[in-house]
Amino acid sequence: MIHSLFLINCSGDIFLEKHWKSVVSQSVCDYFFEAQEKAADVENVPPVISTPHHYLISIYRDKLFFVSVIQTEVPPLFVIEFLHRVADTFQDYFGECSEAAIKDNVVIVYELLEEMLDNGFPLATESNILKELIKPPTILRSVVNSITGSSNVGDTLPTGQLSNIPWRRAGVKYTNNEAYFDVVEEIDAIIDKSDDVSFHPCIRFKRWESERVLSFIPPDGNFRLISYRVSSQNLVAIPVYVKHCISFKENSSCGRFDITIGPKQNMGKTIEGITVTVHMPKVVLNMNLTPTQGSYTFDPVTKVLTWDVGKITPQKLPSLKGLVNLQSGAPKPEENPSLNIQFKIQQLAISGLKVNRLDMYGEKYKPFKGVKYVTKAGKFQVRT
Amino acid sequence: MSSNSFAYSEQSGGGEATELGQEATSTISPSGAFGLFSSDLKKNEDLKQMLESNKDSAKLDAMKRIVGMIAKGKNASELFPAVVKNVASKNIEIKKLVYVYLVRYAEEQQDLALLSISTFQRALKDPNQLIRASALRVLSSIRVPIIVPIMMLAIKEASADLSPYVRKNAAHAIQKLYSLDPEQKEMLIEVIEKLLKDKSTLVAGSVVMAFEEVCPDRIDLIHKNYRKLCNLLVDVEEWGQVVIIHMLTRYARTQFVSPWKEEDGLEDDEKNFYDSDDDQKEKTDKRKKSYTMDPDHRLLIRNTKPLLQSRNAAVVMAVAQLYWHISPKSEVGIISKSLVRLLRSNREVQYIVLQNIATMSIQRKGMFEPYLKSFYVRSTDPTMIKTLKLEILTNLANEANISTLLREFQTYVKSQDKEFAAATIQTIGRCATNISEVTDTCLNGLVCLLSNRDEIVVAESVVVIKKLLQMQPAQHGEIIKHMAKLLDSITVPVARASILWLIGENCERVPKIAPDVLRKMAKGFTSEDDLVKLQILNLGAKLYLTNSKQTKLLTQYILNLGKYDQNYDIRDRTRFIRQLIVPNEKSGALSKYAKKIFLAQKPAPLLESPFKDRDHFQLGTLSHTLNTKATGYLELSNWPEVAPDPSVRNVEVIELAKEWTPAGKAKKENPAKKFYSESEEEEDSSDSSSDSDSESGSASGEQEEEGDSSDDSSEDSSSEHKSDSESASEVGNKRTAKRNSKSKRKRDSEDGENENEKSKTSDSSNADSSSIEESSSDSESESESESESESRKVTKEKEKKTKQNINPLTKDVSLLDLDDFNPVSTPVALPTPALSPSLIADLEGLNLSTTSSVITKEVRLKTSEEKSRKIFKDYNPHIMVSTPVFVPVKTHVLLHRMSGKGLAAHYFFPRQPCIFGDKMVSVQITLNNTTDRKIENIHIGGKRLPVGMQMHVFNTIESLEPEGSITVSMGIDFCDSTQTASFQLCTKDDCFNVNIQPPVGELLLPVAMSEKDFKKEQGMLTGMNETSTVIIAAPQNFTPSVILQKVVNVANVGVVPSGQDHIHRFAAKTVHSGSLMLVTVELKEGSTAQLIINTEKTVIGSVLLRELKPVLSQG
Repeated sequence: MIHSLFLINCSGDIFLEKHWKSVVSQSVCDYFFEAQEKAADVENVPPVISTPHHYLISIYRDKLFFVSVIQTEVPPLFVIEFLHRVADTFQDYFGECSEAAIKDNVVIVYELLEEMLDNGFPLATESNILKELIKPPTILRSVVNSITGSSNVGDTLPTGQLSNIPWRRAGVKYTNNEAYFDVVEEIDAIIDKSDDVSFHPCIRFKRWESERVLSFIPPDGNFRLISYRVSSQNLVAIPVYVKHCISFKENSSCGRFDITIGPKQNMGKTIEGITVTVHMPKVVLNMNLTPTQGSYTFDPVTKVLTWDVGKITPQKLPSLKGLVNLQSGAPKPEENPSLNIQFKIQQLAISGLKVNRLDMYGEKYKPFKGVKYVTKAGKFQVRT
Repeated sequence: MSSNSFAYSEQSGGGEATELGQEATSTISPSGAFGLFSSDLKKNEDLKQMLESNKDSAKLDAMKRIVGMIAKGKNASELFPAVVKNVASKNIEIKKLVYVYLVRYAEEQQDLALLSISTFQRALKDPNQLIRASALRVLSSIRVPIIVPIMMLAIKEASADLSPYVRKNAAHAIQKLYSLDPEQKEMLIEVIEKLLKDKSTLVAGSVVMAFEEVCPDRIDLIHKNYRKLCNLLVDVEEWGQVVIIHMLTRYARTQFVSPWKEEDGLEDDEKNFYDSDDDQKEKTDKRKKSYTMDPDHRLLIRNTKPLLQSRNAAVVMAVAQLYWHISPKSEVGIISKSLVRLLRSNREVQYIVLQNIATMSIQRKGMFEPYLKSFYVRSTDPTMIKTLKLEILTNLANEANISTLLREFQTYVKSQDKEFAAATIQTIGRCATNISEVTDTCLNGLVCLLSNRDEIVVAESVVVIKKLLQMQPAQHGEIIKHMAKLLDSITVPVARASILWLIGENCERVPKIAPDVLRKMAKGFTSEDDLVKLQILNLGAKLYLTNSKQTKLLTQYILNLGKYDQNYDIRDRTRFIRQLIVPNEKSGALSKYAKKIFLAQKPAPLLESPFKDRDHFQLGTLSHTLNTKATGYLELSNWPEVAPDPSVRNVEVIELAKEWTPAGKAKKENPAKKFYSESEEEEDSSDSSSDSDSESGSASGEQEEEGDSSDDSSEDSSSEHKSDSESASEVGNKRTAKRNSKSKRKRDSEDGENENEKSKTSDSSNADSSSIEESSSDSESESESESESESRKVTKEKEKKTKQNINPLTKDVSLLDLDDFNPVSTPVALPTPALSPSLIADLEGLNLSTTSSVITKEVRLKTSEEKSRKIFKDYNPHIMVSTPVFVPVKTHVLLHRMSGKGLAAHYFFPRQPCIFGDKMVSVQITLNNTTDRKIENIHIGGKRLPVGMQMHVFNTIESLEPEGSITVSMGIDFCDSTQTASFQLCTKDDCFNVNIQPPVGELLLPVAMSEKDFKKEQGMLTGMNETSTVIIAAPQNFTPSVILQKVVNVANVGVVPSGQDHIHRFAAKTVHSGSLMLVTVELKEGSTAQLIINTEKTVIGSVLLRELKPVLSQG
């Protein structure tokens, strides 16, 4: 299946390679670079590229390309999903999935890749199994290791791989057992939603189907239990509104920009962490704005305007006003830019979903249970 | 870390920067000083020295740096001799890194690599399964042809290993060996065949992967394993699921007939292309009448359905393509929602999923129409995603939604992403042709775009308008005039060419403009693009033919220019046109027809989806994404006209059992193994004999009684009577049974076994998972709490702990495997003999402290139970609750719909351990709403229970839709009596009095014990504790399988292996008090038999005797 993997940074350096079968020359990446050049934008590099002898399937994550080399027919999603799993694992181990982190921990990275695939077929991809095989680095451990010469490889033989439930090791034992639920809801404002769920493999499908109860043996540590979508009919309301007035004058080198944000149906909760991002048209040279609250930046190269608003206080609605400098002589942009909005509402699940109860069987004591609700903006776009 | 250490890592060749940095200051390791000053060559010398050193830390450091070099793609091959020496290092990390190195360079240094082989050969015999597995992994990754025979041998041995994990690695090794030496194919196929029979979920995915790579055409190897794979699927790890589902899709297309009816199956068109109409009709009729889906076909479709909810996009896609390719058209719809959900994922997943949706949406608009808005484009989407969404929107457009869509398109046309805007314009064109109602609207819209400021937009509009006008040639003079004017400003060649072509085609409608355009064009001919030049020539020719008076000279001028053009196409065209239109003596008869040739009515272009032709590739594949056949793509065959023999999928259990007798030599090796394999064999043999005639008769009888209609809806509802974990396989079994009885073949017995086996697998996996659930609790106080909880779990868990505790101490492999190995390898009808008592004894012998402590712990918790349990204190290892041998599907009426005002309720004993309490019997209640309105607030009201009896009620059901049905679980502690539990089943408006009276056989839990222990226990339960009776029946009723079937149907008992053919023993314990219940059927001379029951609970003992007697006597 997966023959080789190359990690490539934004400037096109191949800084790590790993082969699971015989070695494939780095030159195969030239086809990738070619496609990258053609695509202009990193986001538009096709995930699947065909070359004379190989196929390249790649993902773009955290400013890095994970390029895998494939030789024969394979479901592309299989590879894509796996590569994302690799990136997730790096994130999990090193706190970030960056070139520096990978280079700093190259041995662990190699050991991980060795365990995750055998002959190109996924072997151990669950993070808690991997953590049993290879311990994540900590500052303390690396100090101790360098003094004692010991290593990050677990010295007991791991049994997790032998388990029939791949997400939980046998015999996990703690003095305190705690169950926290984070209910995080994201609002997609353009896309309508319908109620559909996806589950972590630990959930018993049958119980869900017959009783609508989520019955599971929890993995040890953080995990995403379910993802769900709620259809728009049930959705109470969009919690914010935006008043906007963006105009460019014909044959003039300036335009007006004026947006105001206000809360709508916030159910008594404060809307916080508001950020507005606007991709301005190419002809915009600079912007001269005054925010009533928060701060703004405009990057004249990428033409991205970012306004960090913070909290909304209903007494005084935050607004951002000012002038836009356009390239003189250029025709005025015919479309106004869309506004992308981020926000967060604590202690609220906008769909009304709540964790009704947590029953635990087979344990005598009551574990600590905590539930936290957050509503966030997902892909929240306002067309102007 | 700090920038300091980062710089350092640059110098030291990418080794672990942090660690090296600290090394440098700590001065304990010698490595610190080296990297700093040395050149590349010298550095390798350092590394060699470090590898020679006798300090592990130095070696480790060297290896880390070497791995760093490998990671960067630098050549480290010259270090091979120094590295390979460390292959036998005691330090695990050094060893691991040496493996990494070895696998990378062995191919280049074959002779030296051989030095390491003996180390791996030794490790292959290691008692620890993880070490064996990793040795096999590395050995098979060394691509050195000379060791092929060694690899082959290792694979063969590993494939018979007791550890499923080692067998999994063997499956991986198969592919490696195959790519190293394809000559080994035949031998490898044998190994694949063997591993395909493996019932471990760990192995399934890997071996199917090997199958797909080595011998995908050997579909015959799958037959016998088909049902098992279907049933295991949900429990296989996600990557294996993808591979198995893809393989089974191919399988289904070769083995089953098409479930698609003619009228809705586009695919069928091709097949019947050459058939005459009559033929087709006939066939359609025949099919309509005769089609019933093969139960195995249904099994696959049903068992994959829950995986649509997987978090893994590849699994969801795999199921989606399976549904698309093999399920009835009416059922494909359920995949849409899941695919749309995947669109929230990252861009790569979106890309692939959208491509597949695009292909699907061409053939089945309806599937995705409800999700239209999910495909609306965001300005921040990457262009490739935008274009795909647009494609789908176009496919979904219809009369009803087109106005909304056009409004949406309007936004897109203004997009700053011009490539996307252009694609939108093409889309509008396609909508205009596909939906005649909006053709004019679209055309007008496009004409407006002609005055757009952006040239790309205008050019694209011109091209699209050209196509549209071609379809409706009349009355568009105005538009053509408008476009002619554009020629002055627009520069994009395609657009100019299109305008010229349009004017040429319509030159008679715009008689004044056309010649003038030609004049202008002639002026700039030489500087035009080739594409435009060709159209100028065409325009000239057409005008020459229609209006030669005005344009003759102009055309000749252009033809002269064309004659000397640099491009040969243009020269050719010029020559051709001249011959055709300018009459001279040489021109033949053709010139007479010149006008007809040039101004013929041209067929309008079809504006088609670029995804139109992708559907011949299997969805979800690489080939589909690339729209070309990828290397190794396996064609999806057409449905066979006549289904191949379905009986090939029936499994003969005996064969399987033999297959799974662990290798003979294991016996000699160690006593534990020996015991294990013997017991296995023993069970197998007794099993195969007891099963030879099977229970299918009565099973299918019961199933028939439950409702025989074969339509899906009734099947669904009936399946809900069953326990969660089993419903899937059970329904499958039911179908199997049904078919059998219909076809009247003599396969009954085999099938019965299948059924049993199937339910067995699901059972045991279930039991397994539940025991693991428990295993998180470990401390002593917790084990006490467990004693309260269901004791079957407890015992199971204990065994597990026992096993696990032993492992690190004794490193005894075979023991460790048991829990994986056991449930799957024990065939049919016998309860899983979790750990038989004598094995426990062995364990005790093997390790002293842990096992005994575990056992004492168990003893202690048992003593806290009431007196009746005391008796087991000394023998408690015997009371190993096993999984039910058989679960009757019979349901009992709790509330009839007539008396329940439309609310009907049935109950059923799933024979599963109750999750609500260990003294409770679990009961499943299925509620049906037969009214046409919602029934709300269904709950249990007042309870009237006899003293001591307890009940755990189900949670209130908020509402039950009309025709809806829901299954809920309850637990009732009947206190080991057949007293009735009375309670009220209430809805919002009413309360109904209902009763559950348990059959005595449901108050038991099966127990696995050996014959010896059985006799011992029986010896202690004599006198008052024994009841017996004589049964008279025909000899055919006294075959082992009939007796087994009858007994387990009545009571939830476990089978005790018997050394004597004429004595059958069954053991169980009561749910509440845990008292033993021993049942013996001893065949006597003639047609009589003695039925003996030994138990402390004499009352239920005699009730059971009374119930068993008539059943056993019946013919």
